[in-house]
Amino acid sequence: MFNETTIRMLQDGLVETLYMTLISVCMGYLLGLPMGVILTITDKKGIRPNAVIYKILDVFSNIVRSIPFIILVVLLIPFTRLIIGKSYGSTATIVPLVIAATPFIGRMVESSLKEVDQGVIEAAQSMGASTWTIIRKVLLVEARTPLLVGATIAVGTILGYSAMAGAVGGGGLGDIAIRYGYYRYQTDIMIVTIVLLVVLVQLLQGFGMFLSKKLDRRNTK
Amino acid sequence: MRPMIQIKNVSKSFPSKAGKVDALQNISIDMEQGDIFGIIGMSGAGKSTLVRCINFLERPTEGTVLIDGKDLQTISNKELRKTRQEIAMIFQHFNLLMQRTVIDNICFPLEIAGVRKKKARERAKELLKIVGLEHKENAYPAQLSGGQKQRVAIARAIANNPKILLCDEATSALDPETTNAILNLLKDINKRFGITIVVITHEMKVIQKICNKVAILSGGTLAETGLVKDIFTEPKTEEAKRLVYQGTETTAYMRGKHFVRIVFNEQSSFEPVISNMILSFQTPINIMGADTHNIGGKAIGEMILQLPEEKEIADKMIAYLINRKLAVEEVDIHV
Repeated sequence: MFNETTIRMLQDGLVETLYMTLISVCMGYLLGLPMGVILTITDKKGIRPNAVIYKILDVFSNIVRSIPFIILVVLLIPFTRLIIGKSYGSTATIVPLVIAATPFIGRMVESSLKEVDQGVIEAAQSMGASTWTIIRKVLLVEARTPLLVGATIAVGTILGYSAMAGAVGGGGLGDIAIRYGYYRYQTDIMIVTIVLLVVLVQLLQGFGMFLSKKLDRRNTK
Repeated sequence: MRPMIQIKNVSKSFPSKAGKVDALQNISIDMEQGDIFGIIGMSGAGKSTLVRCINFLERPTEGTVLIDGKDLQTISNKELRKTRQEIAMIFQHFNLLMQRTVIDNICFPLEIAGVRKKKARERAKELLKIVGLEHKENAYPAQLSGGQKQRVAIARAIANNPKILLCDEATSALDPETTNAILNLLKDINKRFGITIVVITHEMKVIQKICNKVAILSGGTLAETGLVKDIFTEPKTEEAKRLVYQGTETTAYMRGKHFVRIVFNEQSSFEPVISNMILSFQTPINIMGADTHNIGGKAIGEMILQLPEEKEIADKMIAYLINRKLAVEEVDIHV
């Protein structure tokens, strides 16, 4: 049905999508995880309440999250060019992806960590645990199930974003779908890219949920 | 000897929308090393706030707390954390780490104290033996019953050989049988290791069973404090009376006048006082309720009597009972 060039192109697109998604998720967590932790502990009911820091992060995350991703990509073109040297292609797309992913992941981490029982945190404090110990050994460990579920959702969302960036030359499967499916009316190629995207999301989702269940000890029988 | 815990003029208020709420007002209590000190009161009396002032999970708004002579108000945060390792705490809902095994839960305070992993595990195994859970080493908290979870929490609490153990409603989520077992364990730990124990509860039964001293809180103030046997025999304040009678379930049905509550100790229970009184007055009385309590290892009997309506005879009867060295008190119960 497809010639070798088309198949090669789809293969490359798949690899590019994975590359963009995974690098962005990793870098998003590098920034978003500390952000979520800081949001959690500086909250009024947190272990180190600090209204100023909380508000700054709160407002920042709300601003970024209220900008539609496709607009964010365009808005960030000068910044992307400054860092990567060009504004198109998969590597360049990582820049807006990370910027969009960070507050998203930060919020996800925040809500996961807030699920940790206040009593367990109090118990750790009563043992003389420092803030850092509580973060490392209580919050992040006790919340690992919601954190993993959150990570699974984050991967899916960022994969979707990466495909959207295809509209402005972002590379990956989304780019192929737009170019062939929309501009050239080659529906068959578009459908193949969609199937690939669906399978990819399914696999990642399935793996994430499996892992989070496997590591959860709260319902161990 | 200086007290292990000295609570000095502690007040605590919380800001709220309707001004500030005074949770504690000018509380002073001394607790000696080796005490099992009960703090009892109705919900909202400030018990939980008070116990959190002892390890400074709540900072008093005024006053201070001295632990073995060390003033918590003046020490640095780092030193406070170090001191907290000597003031362990257990909770109503156990507060175990759900993602860690039993043995890793017990190792947690040891990790915080910087104990080597191998040594920590050895110590944890020793502690599991003390609380009788050797076979549950690798279980997760979700696999344990309430009583077992509290045993793990106790093992975890005493891991660093604390001087003090704070128990915040530690048996309130447990059934009566398990409650007894946990209370026995606490008593045993107090005896074996000389740990001063502070017990927060709303149940007089708990106080009677293990405490030697008690403080009664009411609306954020200290209503009464002293030896359990004294307060049980002769409660002075309204609040104390209400709590002491809590155990006598018949009180709810009493109507009418001339109720007296008498308390026997071991000596006075040899003579058949009530029978003799009825015989000598030739007047019947009504026994409304009777109970025996084990207070600090001594059997203490309690009885609620309804005396005849005629004031003259009733007064004589009261005099008769007092003469027999019983603690007698007219009670007026509208429950």
